[in-house]
Amino acid sequence: MKMYKGEALKMILTYALASIIVAWILVPLGLIFISAFAVPKEYYNIHKLIPLAFTTENVYTLLFVLKAWKSTLNSLIVAGLTIAISFALGLPTGYSLARFMFKGKDTFKLLIIGLRMFPVIVLAIPFTVIYLKIGLADTLIGVALAHTAMSLPFVVLITSSLFSGIPVDYEEAGMVFGLSRFEAFFRITLPLALPGLAAAAIFVFIMSWNEVFIASVLVLVNRTLPADILVSALNAPDPLKFAAGFIMVLPAMIFVFFARKYLIQVWGITIR
Amino acid sequence: MRGKNKIFYHNFLPYLLLLPTGIYMGVFIGYPILETIRLAFTHPYTGEISLYNFQRLSRDFHFWNALKYTFLLAGIVIPIQVTLALGVSLLLLRRFKGSNMVLYIFLIPLTISDVAAALIWYNILTGNGYLNRILINLGLLKSPLHFFGYQYRSMEILAIVITEVWRATAIVFVIIFAGLQMIGKEYLEAADVFGASTYQKFRYIILPMIKPSLQTALIIRTLFAMQIFGVVWILAGRDIPILAGETYYWQIELKNPNVAAAYSLIIACISIFLGFLYIKLLKPEYLER
Repeated sequence: MKMYKGEALKMILTYALASIIVAWILVPLGLIFISAFAVPKEYYNIHKLIPLAFTTENVYTLLFVLKAWKSTLNSLIVAGLTIAISFALGLPTGYSLARFMFKGKDTFKLLIIGLRMFPVIVLAIPFTVIYLKIGLADTLIGVALAHTAMSLPFVVLITSSLFSGIPVDYEEAGMVFGLSRFEAFFRITLPLALPGLAAAAIFVFIMSWNEVFIASVLVLVNRTLPADILVSALNAPDPLKFAAGFIMVLPAMIFVFFARKYLIQVWGITIR
Repeated sequence: MRGKNKIFYHNFLPYLLLLPTGIYMGVFIGYPILETIRLAFTHPYTGEISLYNFQRLSRDFHFWNALKYTFLLAGIVIPIQVTLALGVSLLLLRRFKGSNMVLYIFLIPLTISDVAAALIWYNILTGNGYLNRILINLGLLKSPLHFFGYQYRSMEILAIVITEVWRATAIVFVIIFAGLQMIGKEYLEAADVFGASTYQKFRYIILPMIKPSLQTALIIRTLFAMQIFGVVWILAGRDIPILAGETYYWQIELKNPNVAAAYSLIIACISIFLGFLYIKLLKPEYLER
């Protein structure tokens, strides 16, 4: 009986702590949603505990009066380009590391792992100088190429781990039946790896969408969303800041909701 | 002919597949690093090789403050994050109904940028924020608490610390939790048989076994902490100077890429130095030899 009591107490304590953790994360998120849609008058009235009248005015003003839709679009373009470039470069590399034994493989892998930890903001300054010379200054493709430095090591490690998880026998069987190595890859291995690759793409998207330092140093006119906010947030009225926070948080959260299981796997790979 | 082709593929295909990444790393990572070094050691006005940029930094009190605050923030934030991540990991290791849900929710901040996290906490801590609303409406406070502005710098640091703990504890958690899951149940069961207390189990089994994960977590978090930028820039601007913020300021506001490059180089050197330090200091202990 005593034992039972102790167990129950432990359970209550566990759930109490779990609730605190959940509240610690979700309450601040919920509050930015509320503030983003609160009628400014209600927000500025401090004697109201929580604003109860809502409007889409803040988000509308931010997007269409202050033209944040442009920087949002720029962010999407940069993230899309970063995904395209880092997969075009990293996918073959990941495949090579997963399928072949060759001289220098370990050194190369170590280089990639080391690169993962490299402080990428160091690259931002020389990029501005180099881009001026080669005509990439102030371009979105320039930002995407810089963001690739940040995402490429992850893409290589994730794809290599994904391909290692698919038995080579499948490809060999395909090749026995007359497929070339490339056909075997595109028809057999790639479709099998697709869910994991999609999760990896989301991972890269989030990295690029959230990156602010490189983006705000490299692009002064066609700013991405975080860079735009970084510069203009300090002068904007509070409700617009919260609308900006809401827009920044939204896509990442939607993606995570749909891909949560795979994302945990991907995060697992990136930290190994 | 076909046979020759096959040999060619076998020997060269792996390298051919590495080539795009290799070229990219050379052009977009290797070359810029060299360019950083060149810029940092070039006099901004005469174009000669010189130590001018570093001499200029050493005389600038903003540089020393940036160094101080970057380390101060890392020194406060990282121990809190590691402790919290360890605590949450131990809690979630006891599987209970809904523990997976808690796990997913705790990981949400991994997807949230530093800029967005700063705005999220600005929303709570500012003059009209929810903290002040609660305290004032409960009658605990007459006028709002101030977290932002030059005269409230210690409160700004508090706001930055809260935001960083909220945002970036998840990455420490992911690493430590993965490490904890790899501890064999046998060890803890054996400890139970011999009547070990919870503290003893933690001190002599769990802690030594997750040392490699702790090492990884500490390295990753410390390197990121040296690059802290968005949170500080949004919440405190230059009230709290930090290394990455000064890099940005010299590049964008003062349009001096040479001093900015010197800052970058210092960030890189500190990162590399700290990385090696952790690897040396935190050699894993093994329970079984």
